[in-house]
Amino acid sequence: MNRRTVLLIAVLGLLALVPPLAAAFNQPFYLDLLRRIMIFAIAASSLNLILGYGGMVSFGHAAYLGVGAYAVGVLAHHGIHSGWLQWALAIGGSALVALAIGAVSVRTSGIYFIMITLAFTQMLYYFGVSFQEYGADDGMRLAKRSQFAGLIDLGDATSFYYLVLALLALTLYLLHRLVNSRFGLVIQAARSNEARTRAIGLSPYPYRLAAFVIAGAICGLAGALWVNHTAYLSPEIMNWTRSGELMFMVILGGIATLSGPLYGTLALLLLEDVLQGWSALPKWVTEHWQLYLGVILVLVVLYARRGLAGLVGGRHE
Amino acid sequence: MILFAEQTLNGLQLGVMLFLMAAGLTLVFGIMNMVNLAHGALYMVGAYLATFFFQETGSYLLAVVLALAGTLAVGVVTEVVALRTLYERDHLDQVLATFGLILFFNELIAILWGRAAIYSSVPAWLSGHLELVAGLRYPLYRFVIILIGLGVAVGLWYVVARTRLGMLIRAGASNRTMVAALGVNIRLLYTVVFGCGAALAGLAGLLAGPIYAVQPGMGELVLIQVFVVIVIGGIGSIRGALAGALIVGMVDTLGRAFLKPMLATVLSPTAADSAGPAIASMLIYLLMAVVLAFRPEGLFPASR
Amino acid sequence: MSEALLEVRALRKSFGALLATDGVDLQVREGETHAIIGPNGAGKTTLIGQLAGNLRPDAGSIRFLGEEITRLSAPARSKKGLARSFQITSIYRDFTTLENVALAVQSHAGHSFRFWLPARRDPVLVGPASRVLDEVGLAERKGILAANLAHGEQRQLEIAMVLATRPRLMLLDEPVAGMGTEESQRMVDFLGTLKGRQTIVLVEHDMDAVFTLADRISVLVYGRIIATGTPAEIRANPEVRAAYLGEDA
Repeated sequence: MNRRTVLLIAVLGLLALVPPLAAAFNQPFYLDLLRRIMIFAIAASSLNLILGYGGMVSFGHAAYLGVGAYAVGVLAHHGIHSGWLQWALAIGGSALVALAIGAVSVRTSGIYFIMITLAFTQMLYYFGVSFQEYGADDGMRLAKRSQFAGLIDLGDATSFYYLVLALLALTLYLLHRLVNSRFGLVIQAARSNEARTRAIGLSPYPYRLAAFVIAGAICGLAGALWVNHTAYLSPEIMNWTRSGELMFMVILGGIATLSGPLYGTLALLLLEDVLQGWSALPKWVTEHWQLYLGVILVLVVLYARRGLAGLVGGRHE
Repeated sequence: MILFAEQTLNGLQLGVMLFLMAAGLTLVFGIMNMVNLAHGALYMVGAYLATFFFQETGSYLLAVVLALAGTLAVGVVTEVVALRTLYERDHLDQVLATFGLILFFNELIAILWGRAAIYSSVPAWLSGHLELVAGLRYPLYRFVIILIGLGVAVGLWYVVARTRLGMLIRAGASNRTMVAALGVNIRLLYTVVFGCGAALAGLAGLLAGPIYAVQPGMGELVLIQVFVVIVIGGIGSIRGALAGALIVGMVDTLGRAFLKPMLATVLSPTAADSAGPAIASMLIYLLMAVVLAFRPEGLFPASR
Repeated sequence: MSEALLEVRALRKSFGALLATDGVDLQVREGETHAIIGPNGAGKTTLIGQLAGNLRPDAGSIRFLGEEITRLSAPARSKKGLARSFQITSIYRDFTTLENVALAVQSHAGHSFRFWLPARRDPVLVGPASRVLDEVGLAERKGILAANLAHGEQRQLEIAMVLATRPRLMLLDEPVAGMGTEESQRMVDFLGTLKGRQTIVLVEHDMDAVFTLADRISVLVYGRIIATGTPAEIRANPEVRAAYLGEDA
């Protein structure tokens, strides 16, 4: 087991300690914050599969957060509260949408792929916003949290927290198996050298499309978690800037490493939180934190590309 | 019929503005192989500068000149300071860095002029209507936009096809190492191309001011439409940008105007009421999907 | 006379005004090592591209193992047993030497839609890959990242990847390109051990290699094959001497 894996397990362990610590110090805010971070870490990890390992610069990944959230929100609005059903639809629906979008997009590459994935996300955003019944661009409150009949109560902050942590760990484990499997190697090979991949007899397209669908499905789950976390369904979750944030979460942590997205999400969201709310910072920073965030992000891209996980050596995990 | 003619002209006007944005962007894509999300920010800068200078000086023409010069300056400075190093980087880095720039610019504008939309006015001599044909009255301002846009299209065609600069642009698009080896200052060429793109974006922005909302973030919404234009038209070609822009402008405008009533003939009014606008807003993306399915490289891609 | 494994007929390809392939006819017999030589600009790269499936010919036909493959994609041709190596080394730089070859094995070992088991430790893939690397002489370099191999070793890796796909025909594009004398000799010796067992189409500039290895040689000039024959016949051919060999041989 290499260094990175050990560190990851340690971090997950620390995350498991947050609820009791937060209770002990009476700081429920941190429970909320870290739960939010973990949900985004799941989304970012799914993006890492296609972006990090696959080299597919998808600028539309937030769409699946939206599909997942809307699956839950819309069903709840119509009185269907079974978590099993809602979350199955969130995952399945996202997979289908990813399949539809991927079918036309994955064939393209480079600048085209970036623009196309962005455009389709925007299309879904407009689609979601057009439904007056579901709150149009203001969104609406979640009628009731997903119900899991006696198994778990998502209204209980701690239980929900541990569920998210478990799902994050599960996602990371699944992705670990995936990227090291035959399938995962093809994806990585296609990114490393596409001409060579075709020359040995592998056509990247079907594998990339499959990866695209899997990534979408996992992100759909994150969307379902998200809407339960905020108890509010808002089309803002599909905002294209959200897609940009997801990409940053992936690269800040280190491309093509399993733990990268978690660290990247922690880094980005904590940075945003600090810039917005840390009392030690002057007003002219916190009021216009996006300005400083923008500058920091540009500097990171220009000068610190390897990301955080890159600092902890090792090859694969 | 009058309504149709009016909407067609509106479609043309939107198309022409999208073209102004798309032309600069597609050249940067094609020649420098760089994704530039901050293009929308330049559009926004143009709109804000024009509004500001018009209010300050009272002279619309002066405001236009200052806004164009200002946007050009902002564009060139940004290119030299932040974007130069990105030409060599991969697309992911370019997307992320220019994304950071968007956050920066939007907030900068918000600091200077606040987050609420500001009011941008048309000068008196450009307001009012033109009677184009009997019974068809069209806003003079919008008509002027159409003329300006078409004029720019002709001008660009002339520059690219007939001048030395245009030749360098086309050469740089197919083989930049060779062009550099021939002693042409590639860096300068890139800066010039980028500057032209910035000026065009600024022009689009200042023209758009009075018609659309002038607020932080206005650039990004247009930018996504411009992406659709470029995908449909093909990367790297002015002709593609024009074709794509006019198509997108028409489809979007006519769709929004006529889809609901058209649907109402086959669906119930309430169904048409919600389905109409929903589908209308998705129309250009669906069109993009169709084009992609059949011609993934766009309608008029730059030949290599 | 054995039936032609690869049969190229009247192949034509232009790039705008440039006629790169001008009616090429070629037959490659099973088990032979068939070299294609020609001056720079003769159209060798374009020809290889069409044989391998990277370029679509404008006209003509390519038959492999009796089947028409003219319109077949590169991956499909590889699956049928037509493997190629690249003139400019094209390997997976961020994978190890062993992983590189294992991928080649993997592409021909059933489908790759397997999502669970780790492929890097799969003996079905690693075993054959390891053996191929032993064969080409990279036994000691299996765990090294491909980017860290010496240039000559990378060229050997190219060949290893070709062999790993168990090809019926090997299309080698300047295998000794950029290699020093000693390395070239080793490569030529190795390719010599394949003679008879493998069918090889060899595009090369290095005349020593060509005349050592080739059973037959075809000479490509301005997109056309001007002569095909044994090395001795080619050496003696006046047209070839005029067009290409000049003071050589």
